[in-house]
Amino acid sequence: METKEPAVIQPLRRRVVGTLLGGGLFASIVSAIYPVLRYLIPPPVADLGGDEVVAAKLGDLKPNGSKIFRFGTRPALLLMTAEGEYRALSAVCTHLSCTVQYRNDLHQIWCACHNGLYDLAGRNLSGPPPRPLETYQVHVRADEIVVSRKREA
Amino acid sequence: MCARTRSSSAESGRPELRLFASVRNWVGDRFHLSDIIGPLEKKTVPVHKLSYWYFLGGITLFLFMIQVCTGILLLLYYHPGANEAFESVQYIMTRVQFGWLIRSIHSWAANLMIFTAFAHMFSVVFLRAYRKPRELTWISGMLLLFLAMGFGFSGYLLPWNTLAFFATKVGTEITGQVPVVGHSMMVFLRGGEEVTGATLTRFFGFHVAVLPGLTTLLILVHILLVQYFGMSVPPGVEVRWKAAPAEARQMKFFPNFFLRELMAWYIALGVLGALAAILPWELGTKADPFAPAPAGIRPEWYFMFMFQTLKKIPAKVWFLDGEVLGILVFGAAGALWLLLPFFDSLGRGRGRKLLMGAGIFALSYILAMTIYGYMAK
Amino acid sequence: MDTWRNNGLPRTLFLLLVMCACGRTAFAQAQNTCLDCHGVLDPPLQVTEQQFSSDIHSQKGLTCASCHGGDPTVAGPDAMSKTAGFRGKIERKQVPDLCGRCHSDTAFMRKYNPSLRTDQLSQYKTSVHGKLFAQGDTKVAVCIDCHGVHGLRPASDTRSKVHPLNIAETCSRCHADAAYMKGYSIPTDQFAQYSTSVHHDALAVRGDLSAPTCTTCHGNHGAAPPGVDSVQNVCSKCHVFQDQMYEKSTHRAAFQSAGLPGCVVCHGNHGISHPTDAKLSPGPQAVCMQCHKPGDVCDRTRADILTELTQLDDAVKNAHNVLGLAESSGMEVSQARLDEDQARDALTKARVTIHSFRKDLIDQDIQEGLKLAAKNLQAGNSALAERDYRRKGLGFALIFILITVLGLSLYIRQIEGRAPKP
Repeated sequence: METKEPAVIQPLRRRVVGTLLGGGLFASIVSAIYPVLRYLIPPPVADLGGDEVVAAKLGDLKPNGSKIFRFGTRPALLLMTAEGEYRALSAVCTHLSCTVQYRNDLHQIWCACHNGLYDLAGRNLSGPPPRPLETYQVHVRADEIVVSRKREA
Repeated sequence: MCARTRSSSAESGRPELRLFASVRNWVGDRFHLSDIIGPLEKKTVPVHKLSYWYFLGGITLFLFMIQVCTGILLLLYYHPGANEAFESVQYIMTRVQFGWLIRSIHSWAANLMIFTAFAHMFSVVFLRAYRKPRELTWISGMLLLFLAMGFGFSGYLLPWNTLAFFATKVGTEITGQVPVVGHSMMVFLRGGEEVTGATLTRFFGFHVAVLPGLTTLLILVHILLVQYFGMSVPPGVEVRWKAAPAEARQMKFFPNFFLRELMAWYIALGVLGALAAILPWELGTKADPFAPAPAGIRPEWYFMFMFQTLKKIPAKVWFLDGEVLGILVFGAAGALWLLLPFFDSLGRGRGRKLLMGAGIFALSYILAMTIYGYMAK
Repeated sequence: MDTWRNNGLPRTLFLLLVMCACGRTAFAQAQNTCLDCHGVLDPPLQVTEQQFSSDIHSQKGLTCASCHGGDPTVAGPDAMSKTAGFRGKIERKQVPDLCGRCHSDTAFMRKYNPSLRTDQLSQYKTSVHGKLFAQGDTKVAVCIDCHGVHGLRPASDTRSKVHPLNIAETCSRCHADAAYMKGYSIPTDQFAQYSTSVHHDALAVRGDLSAPTCTTCHGNHGAAPPGVDSVQNVCSKCHVFQDQMYEKSTHRAAFQSAGLPGCVVCHGNHGISHPTDAKLSPGPQAVCMQCHKPGDVCDRTRADILTELTQLDDAVKNAHNVLGLAESSGMEVSQARLDEDQARDALTKARVTIHSFRKDLIDQDIQEGLKLAAKNLQAGNSALAERDYRRKGLGFALIFILITVLGLSLYIRQIEGRAPKP
């Protein structure tokens, strides 16, 4: 398998092969490096982990107001009591999984589907729901209201 | 000096070779390159009908390098921890630019790597490349195969989805069945009595620190041994070449075989990219330790043959518990397989035939039980 | 008393033996020698110790004598002494008053369970059963028919005949028996109908104990049909929105003046099936066409509403399919899946708004739903577009790889002077 190189070997052919190889190598390396470089740039939305979500900004909610936000794969409810305290709970009704809402006339959490009622700590008050709503922890960090799952002991 | 032999190419007007030549000269002025490059330049690869099998080891190495690169990239965004792992993988798949590509390549390359590792191992068995003096190469290779399966098992849990959680539960449960030490092994693997976030942390540690360290070491040993002993020639070809030395053909490793290997690696890269884009790896649903196990839990395909065997063994064989018997049999088989080269020289040809038969049996068994495992519902 | 003589000598000897052997059976806290004999007699005199020990009354320390009188500390037939107040078998017409003797005595019940109600007897007297009973009908239900008598369990016990899961069956023992109910002018298909209903499905199949059973709508001790005027109130206990809308609707006034029972007209009472859009269709399940004439303005409105609902339903299903396609191609669409729930909620809301019988309100809900469904469809389509972009990118990368491989192959050929091997 000696390298046979007669004096005048098809220079055109050589150039074609060279271009093909060089060009192909270059293009394929770029098409591999390009995604990696893009990957290294952190996305604008920071990942806080599934345990934590920024539910709202300070000032979004007024006393006796509420907001539905996404927590993990399920909806959750952030509310501000009339006294100005933040509460966060799962918004999935424990009866048949409808999305509950905050009733600012009753100061209670209500499910429209079958008239289930919970208090502001998620405990059952009346109606079909068999279990209380799961509650979450709320922290205010700078101007963000961060809701996180309660850590197990 | 070999450092300067490429000057003719430098004049032939190829810019890339000119650059290469000047770098080489710079290094050669400081280090004895001939000691390192010399043997590499002289390395040859035998050329015969079965030479294609020589590629498998290199492809496995290439896939491992892909795993290291994509693994490091994934490390930049992955959060190990029961409450965060799944969401961080979801984040990589949806928010990080080309995160879907990196993650899918990592998952696919893992499976391909284990496949090529098995194929490489079986080709060594059937081409009898384990013969003297290459016994240690075989042992290091088998250990690498075990490490690769450990990589697969530990990595599978990291996305913390339902399938992975229960597959890990079942897998570590089986480990617990080993007599005497089984329970301790299981607790060691799980980081406790049950599969929890502690298990995830532990598996993460194994997967990114312990196993890579051991594997890198063993790969170095394995490759050094391969370089030292050169490529093995299959016995039939060996005989032919001894009889007619003129027929023996060798190919230089640099650049001829290397270029071909590069082609193979590029094709493998293309296959990986296609798999990642057309058949992306699933995310699954987040693991819930309190939910009942879904139907049809099964391990990844490379464990399937063992899993299916354990399922099919009757509950009691003689006085032994069926599952324990199965585990002991596989353990013994693994140990014997590790020491395979030492059986080759037994009883004048008998050992050789035995090993050929064992190889065929092992391959058929693995194939059959894997297929069976997937067909049986 | 006849049975004693009929059983003859061997039986008597056996009983004497039993009495001597067991003497006084230690039983709960109170002595209850009655079971020594009655435990081995044949029905209808048989009450075994096992049976009676499962009774809540015996667990609280009551004995046979608490209801039947007599002296439970004396062994043998002397226990059944009239001087000790033995009453023998309690006649059906005596049962409510006998039970009420304790259960309506608040001070007495407070000693055992202060939170138990004590108005059962007075409620019973207002019920259909009670009223007929007062007129001398002993076929109607009395306390023991529903609660059992010697193995009586509290209603919270799943084995109790009055546990929510078992109530319908208990009522059906009379009310589904056509032969027994002959002479009363009410149908006997309620249980059969209820068994097909969505409420039964929720209760018996899904185990949702909050789902209604007979007593939820009819009351238990004061059992009576709600009455045409009050059916709506009963349903509204759970179905609040439908009630609120219906109350303000045109149909409320119309049904009331026609003496029709509100919800029941369209939904039935016992066999309430899962409502589908087919109720709005002109087909066999149609409810509107029970009263309205084909071609009149209400019929046309009905048709419009049905068209709109179908449109929204189709939009939701379409978005669902596209998202499914994207997902099976490997695209990550979990956010859009969550938003799908919102679109489905909008569809449910629109269907609830039907009860207002106001097309403008229904239109509003439909439009909102269509917007949400469109958003989901867009998410699905952009996921598919992203998939196509990735495949295009892959195509380019593969072409580059192919070019490189080709280049390598030619280069090998070049430096080796001939076709490369292997």
